[in-house]
Amino acid sequence: MLARVLSLSALIAIWFVAAAVAHSRLLPGPLAVAGGLLADIRSGELPFELGCTLARVVAAFAIALVLGSIIGFLMGRSNRFNRYADPWLIILINLPALVTIIFAYMWIGLNETAAILAVALNKLPNMAVVMREGARALDPRLDDMASAFRLPVMTRIRHVLVPQLAPYLAAGARSGLSIIWKIVLVVELIGRPNGVGFVMGTAFSLFDMTKLLSYAISFIVIMLVIEHLVVQPLEQHAFRWRKQRA
Amino acid sequence: MNSTHSGGENNALELRIDRKTYVNADGVAVDVIRGLQLRLGAGEFGALIGPSGCGKTTVLRIVAGLDTAFDGECRWPGERRLGVVFQEPCLLPWRTVDDNIRLVLPPDRAKADLTDLIGTLGLASHRAHYPGELSLGLARRVAIARAFAINPDLLLLDEPFVSLDEAVAARLREELKALTGSRNVTTLMVTHDLDEAVQLADHLFFLSDRPARVVLEHRLTVARALRTDAFVRATTDELRAALSRLDR
Ligand SMILES: Nc1ncnc2c1ncn2[C@@H]1O[C@H](COP(=O)(O)OP(=O)(O)OP(=O)(O)O)[C@@H](O)[C@H]1O
Ligand SMILES: [Mg+2]
Repeated sequence: MLARVLSLSALIAIWFVAAAVAHSRLLPGPLAVAGGLLADIRSGELPFELGCTLARVVAAFAIALVLGSIIGFLMGRSNRFNRYADPWLIILINLPALVTIIFAYMWIGLNETAAILAVALNKLPNMAVVMREGARALDPRLDDMASAFRLPVMTRIRHVLVPQLAPYLAAGARSGLSIIWKIVLVVELIGRPNGVGFVMGTAFSLFDMTKLLSYAISFIVIMLVIEHLVVQPLEQHAFRWRKQRA
Repeated sequence: MNSTHSGGENNALELRIDRKTYVNADGVAVDVIRGLQLRLGAGEFGALIGPSGCGKTTVLRIVAGLDTAFDGECRWPGERRLGVVFQEPCLLPWRTVDDNIRLVLPPDRAKADLTDLIGTLGLASHRAHYPGELSLGLARRVAIARAFAINPDLLLLDEPFVSLDEAVAARLREELKALTGSRNVTTLMVTHDLDEAVQLADHLFFLSDRPARVVLEHRLTVARALRTDAFVRATTDELRAALSRLDR
């Protein structure tokens, strides 16, 4: 913790000195950026744009997670389905994010559906691959146990299936979140009238470095907050039984 | 394949496996069981004894209804309760001992008081532990507790005491005796320990090497409480002699 604080303070100090020395519009100092940040928060602009981006992230993430998990699970359970679906997966995985985004905008139109679909489609194959591994790693002995004791379907799903898939779900979700955050910005830059990506595009054309930096910083802060307040506590709760292992 | 799984009378178990094959790694079908028949009366304790790899676990899986790809017939009251102790404990690592046992309880027993059962099996101080914190012996006991907790009419046990140290195994055998003695439960236990079978069972079934069938059947009429060490020794000697006569 101390090391982190020190290292971050050093970064800010370097930034401070560099800005003072450069004395340029292209590198505003920490104080100027903080001032711009506060102003944007007060005016409500920053919360609104962040909110737009966040909503897109959540929607795309949910679609990719649910669909990717189901497809991956089925691929892991059925060799036949896997043989048919695998080539699609390989194509999707190797399709550059930018291509998916442009295709989606051109075919569906410059709208929210296209934006969210493009992002979800970028993450989905990755999620499917991870869940396929998870489905293949299911322990058939636990399945036998569940059948022998005639556990009801919902009990089986909740207490036998999901906990076995949880590590894969968590790994997929974690890597997915970081990818999706980044792709959403590109989607907004190219074809949305709001959101952090859109603001950055505008700031870029105006050479407004203060705005770029203040948005980038608030973006990073939000990601860290989500990681520490949502993702980590959830994981700790789901995997509490593991810590106990001697 | 022609297998039936249907209700029999009372708690009696009737099993006939004409043929059970597995496809091995080279894609060749291998007969594992051939012409195996056994019958256990209601409340009887049966033991399946056979060489390693002969198909004992396969027989239990068929009786449990986990494997239906066989030629033959298995009859026991299908709507009655089944308790299984698998060869490995098969506990859910993410649930505590207590929750592992409670998971299998039918709704009408969901609130059952398990204190006695858990105490009998020496698990009282482990109720809140996760399986990862238990020794193999303790995990086996949890698996036994789980099978008993549902108050089964048919109990299947797959080498429940193997690889435990003898003192623990002896205690668990006593506990199993007490548990099966106090309820009307039909039991089928797989073992390769003849002493254990003679101590616990009423009806012994000796299996041949693969493809397995019953080569010798033996009924023990002496009450379990009266089976002294001397009796067990005499009976196992007699049975070993009978088995070696079969070989010739
Ligand atoms: N799913 C399977 N696919 C192919 N072969 C199998 C399968 N399950 C078991 N076998 C083979 O069938 C034979 C009988 O297996 P089974 O597990 O029933 O024996 P067992 O008597 O319980 O052995 P052990 O004493 O080691 O527990 C073994 O040779 C095993 O290799
Ligand atoms: Mg076995």
